[in-house]
Amino acid sequence: MSELTLTVMRLGFLAVLWLFVIVAVQVIRSDLFGTRVTQRGAARRGGQEARTQRQAAPPQQQQQRRQEGGRGGNRQRRGAPTKLVVSEGSLTGTTVALQGQTISLGRAHDSTIVLDDDYASSRHARIYPDRDGQWIVEDLGSTNGTYLDRTRLTTPTPIPLGAPIRIGKTVIELRK
Amino acid sequence: MSSTTNTTTIGTIGAPSRRNTELAMLVFAVLIPVFAYINVGLAKEEAVPAGVLGYTLGLGLLAGVAHLVVRKWAPYADPLMLPIATLLNGLGLVFIWRLDQEPQISTPQLGGAMAPGQLMWSTLGVALFLGVLIFLKDHRVLQRYTYISMVVALVLLIAPIFFPARFGARIWITIPGVGSLQPGEFAKIIIAIFFAGYLMVKRDALALASRRFMGLYLPRGRDLGPILVIWALSLMILVFETDLGTSLLFFGLFVIMLYVATERTSWIVFGLLLSAGGAVAVATFESHVQVRVHNWLNPLELLNGGVTETAQAMYSFGSGGILGSGLGQGYSRLIGGIAPKSDYILATVGEEIGLAGLMAILLLYGLLIERGIRTALAARDPFGKLLSIGLSGAFALQVFVVAGGVTGLIPLTGMTMPFLAQGGSSVIANWALVAILLRISDTARRPAPTPAPSTDAEMTQVVRP
Repeated sequence: MSELTLTVMRLGFLAVLWLFVIVAVQVIRSDLFGTRVTQRGAARRGGQEARTQRQAAPPQQQQQRRQEGGRGGNRQRRGAPTKLVVSEGSLTGTTVALQGQTISLGRAHDSTIVLDDDYASSRHARIYPDRDGQWIVEDLGSTNGTYLDRTRLTTPTPIPLGAPIRIGKTVIELRK
Repeated sequence: MSSTTNTTTIGTIGAPSRRNTELAMLVFAVLIPVFAYINVGLAKEEAVPAGVLGYTLGLGLLAGVAHLVVRKWAPYADPLMLPIATLLNGLGLVFIWRLDQEPQISTPQLGGAMAPGQLMWSTLGVALFLGVLIFLKDHRVLQRYTYISMVVALVLLIAPIFFPARFGARIWITIPGVGSLQPGEFAKIIIAIFFAGYLMVKRDALALASRRFMGLYLPRGRDLGPILVIWALSLMILVFETDLGTSLLFFGLFVIMLYVATERTSWIVFGLLLSAGGAVAVATFESHVQVRVHNWLNPLELLNGGVTETAQAMYSFGSGGILGSGLGQGYSRLIGGIAPKSDYILATVGEEIGLAGLMAILLLYGLLIERGIRTALAARDPFGKLLSIGLSGAFALQVFVVAGGVTGLIPLTGMTMPFLAQGGSSVIANWALVAILLRISDTARRPAPTPAPSTDAEMTQVVRP
C-alpha cells in the first residue's frame, strides 16, 4: 500500500476520532455552557413573547398558573390586552401584567388588587381569561355591583379593549 | 407585580428523550472502529481484511440491540454513555486484533490470538448490560441489599488469596476447565452499592458530629471507624494479593464517596494521609511493591538484560510522537509478553495514533465520567446520587491508575483500561457499570408524571336563578 494512502488514512482516522469527541461535546453543550437564556423583546411583540414564555416556563410555574387560573394551556392572541390599568380611584396608575392568571378585585387582603373603597365588597369581582384567551369580568355577588361601561354586570362578560370597568369609585381598563 | 420586571427566559433544553441523538452517535461509534480495522489491514497486509464485514455486522448488531433495549426500557437515559462505551470497546477490539497480527506476542504460550475471545467477552458484557437494563427497573432496589453487597464484595475481594498468583498478583479466581476471572472488577460495582447505602444512612453523623481544628473538621474518634476498617482492608489486599491497583481503587472510592456524602474536606486530607502512610509502610517490606516503585523511579536501569517495561512504554510514546506512526505500523510488539494487549495497550494506542489520538481517547473517558457525575447531579434520591458518584469515581480512578502507570506518572499497577484492554472480567463488569449509570440517569431525566387535576382548581360554578 502506498505511503500516501496510509498517511491520509492515519490523519483521517485522527480527524474522525476528534470529530466524534467534538460532536459528543456538542451533544452536551448545555451542560458546559448552561441553559440558553434569551432576552425578551419589547412590549410590541407582546403576544409572541407571552407564547414563548409559556412554552419555556418551568413545570412548577405552569402548575402554579394552572392552579390560579385553571387554564394553563391558553394561547394569547394578537391584539390581546397585556396589562390592566387602574385609571380612576385611589389606586390610579397601578398596572398589573396579564399573564393568564386570574385577577381578583376586592377589599380582602389576598386580592390581586386590594380596593380601598367603601363601596367595594371584600370579594367583589374577578377578571380571568377564558379558553380562547378572551378576558372575562365576573361580578362575585357584590353589594354595589360591577359596571362595564354603563351596564351593571349580571353574568360573566367579555371585556372589550379600553372599556372602563367601574367598581365603586375605582375604574380599571385593559390595555395593550 | 415583580414578574413583569423579569426580562429573561430560560430556553427549553433539547428534546426530552434524545434517543435519536444516541442512535446517530452510535452509528458514528461503530464506523470509527471499522475504519481503524480497515486501516490496520491495509497497513499490515496491503488488503482490506477479510473479516471486515463480519466485524462491522457484529459490532453494529451489538450496538443496535443495545440501542433498541435502551429505547424500550430506559427511554430517558443519557445519550452519550452507550456510544462512548461502544466506541472504546470497538477500538479496543481493533487494537487487540492488531496486536494479534504480531507473531512474536501471539504465540500459543502467550495465549495465541485474543481478539476472538475479547469479542466473545464483549458480547457477554453487552448481554449483561441488557440484562441489567431490563431487570433492574429502579436502582433504589439495590439499596435493600446494602449489607448483603458488603459481604459479597468482601468475599470477592478475599477469594483470590486462595488461588495461585499470576503475573505477580493474586487477583484471579481460577476455575479449572472453565477459565479464570478477576473478581475485583465486579467487586468495585458491588462495593459502590454498599458504600452508597451505608453513607446515605450515616452521612449526618459523619458530617455533623465533628470539632473544628485549624480550619479542618475533625471527626469523632468512633466515626473514624469505617474509614480505618476500609483502610486496613485495602492494605491487606495490598499485602496478601500484592495488588496495588485494587487496593488504591477501593480506598480511593471510599474517600471520594465519603467526601461527596459529607462535604467535609477533612476526609480527603485523612484519606491522602492514610493512603500515603499505608503505601510507604507496605513498601518497606513487600518486595513486589518495591520492584514496581523501583521501576517507576529508574525506568532506564538495565533489568533482565534489557530495559523495564515502563521504559519500553515511554519509547512507544516517543516513537509515536504527535500524530502517531499510523495504525498497524508501530513496534509495540517489542514490549513482549501479553502486556501490550492488557496493561500496556495505551502504549500501543499512543504509538500508533500519537499524542493527538491518545488525548482523544482520554477525553472520551473523561466524557463518560462527566456523564456519570452529571447523572449524580441530576439524580433526585440520595442513594442514586451516591451510587452514580461511586460508579463514575471507580471508573475514573481505574482510568487514572492505568493511564498514570503506563505514562510513568505513578508506579504501574496491574489494572486494565476499561473497555480498551484485553480482559474478560473487566469488559463485562464495565458494561454492567454503564448499565447501572444509564438506569439512574433514566430515572433522573424522566419527566415527572403529570399531577392529577385537582378538583380545587376547577372554577366554581355559580348557579343563578
